[in-house]
Amino acid sequence: MIRYALPLAVFVLMVGLLGYGLKLDPKKVPSPLIDKAAPEFSLAMLHDSSRSLSTADMRGQVWVLNVWASWCVSCRAEHEVVTALANKNLVTVVGLNYKDKSEDAIRWLQQFGDPYATSVVDFNGKVGIDWGVYGVPETFVIGADGLIKYKHIGPMTMESLEQKVMPVIRELLS
Amino acid sequence: MRMVLIFMFVLLANSAQAAIEAYEFDSPEMEADYKQLIAELRCLVCQNQNLADSDAELAQDLRRETYEMLQQGKSRQQVMTFMVERYGDFVLYRPQFKSSTYLLWLGPFLLLVIVLAIVVKRLRAAAKPVDVDADALADAKSLLEEEQTKK
Repeated sequence: MIRYALPLAVFVLMVGLLGYGLKLDPKKVPSPLIDKAAPEFSLAMLHDSSRSLSTADMRGQVWVLNVWASWCVSCRAEHEVVTALANKNLVTVVGLNYKDKSEDAIRWLQQFGDPYATSVVDFNGKVGIDWGVYGVPETFVIGADGLIKYKHIGPMTMESLEQKVMPVIRELLS
Repeated sequence: MRMVLIFMFVLLANSAQAAIEAYEFDSPEMEADYKQLIAELRCLVCQNQNLADSDAELAQDLRRETYEMLQQGKSRQQVMTFMVERYGDFVLYRPQFKSSTYLLWLGPFLLLVIVLAIVVKRLRAAAKPVDVDADALADAKSLLEEEQTKK
C-alpha cells in the first residue's frame, strides 16, 4: 500500500506547490520597506520650485505617496482611482513626479485634473531608488508615526483601492 | 511624412541601444568591484537580467548609483546592503546565507544525503547473506526428506 501511497503523496504535494507558484505574480517584489521608516527626501514642488516638501513635513499625519509620471501610460488609467482616493478627503495624497519633465507633468495635470495635494519633483530618480521604486505607478501608505504600512505596485484599480489600500488607511486613522 | 517618422524612430532605437556609460575608475580594483556588482545585482524591471545586461532606465540609474557609491569609497558589501535595503533580497542573484535561505542553500545537499542513505540501505540489504541458524536448517532438511519418503 505504502508503495503506491508515497509517490502519490509526493505528486500531490508537487502539484500543489507548483499550482501555488503559478498564481504568484513574479513582477510583484515584496518591499523590504514595509514597517520601516519612510525614507527621507526634500524635494522641490512641481508647481512652485522655490518651495520644497520633505518626509519630515508629513510626520504626524497619515499620508499617501503616489509615484507617477506623464510618460507612464498606466498612470493615466490609475488617475481616476487616485482622484477617487483624494476626493474622500481622508488622507493627504502627495505625488512623486518620477523622472519627468516638469512642463510635461504640469500639462498632464492640467489635462486630466490634479488629484494631488502637492507633487514633488524627482527628476533624476534618486528618491525613487531610496523608496525602492522600480516601476511607475507605485503607491505607498505612510502612518502618522512615519512608518510605511503598505505598498501597492502597479496601477491601483477601484477594487484594489477599496479592498487593499482603504482598509490600511482606515486602520491607521482609527 | 510617415516614412520620415519611421526613419526617425529607427534612428532613435539605434541610439538608445548604443547608450553604454563609460565610467572612469580611480583604480582597477574599483573597476573590478563595479563589474562584479553589476553582474550580481538583478534588474527589477527586466527580471531575468542583471544590471550589466539590462538596458532599462532603472538599470542605468542603479549602475550610476553603484558607480557613485564606489567612487565615494564605499565597499562592495555596503553597495549590496544599500540595494537590499531598498529592493529586498530579490536584487541579489546570489542569495545571502541566513536563516530564511538555509533550505535554499542546504536543501540540495540534504536531498543528496537522504538519497545516498536510501541507496546504501538497499544495497546492503541486497548484499547481505541470509543468516540462518544451522540447527533450523538441519530440521528443515530432515522434514523435507520425511515428506519425500512419505510419497
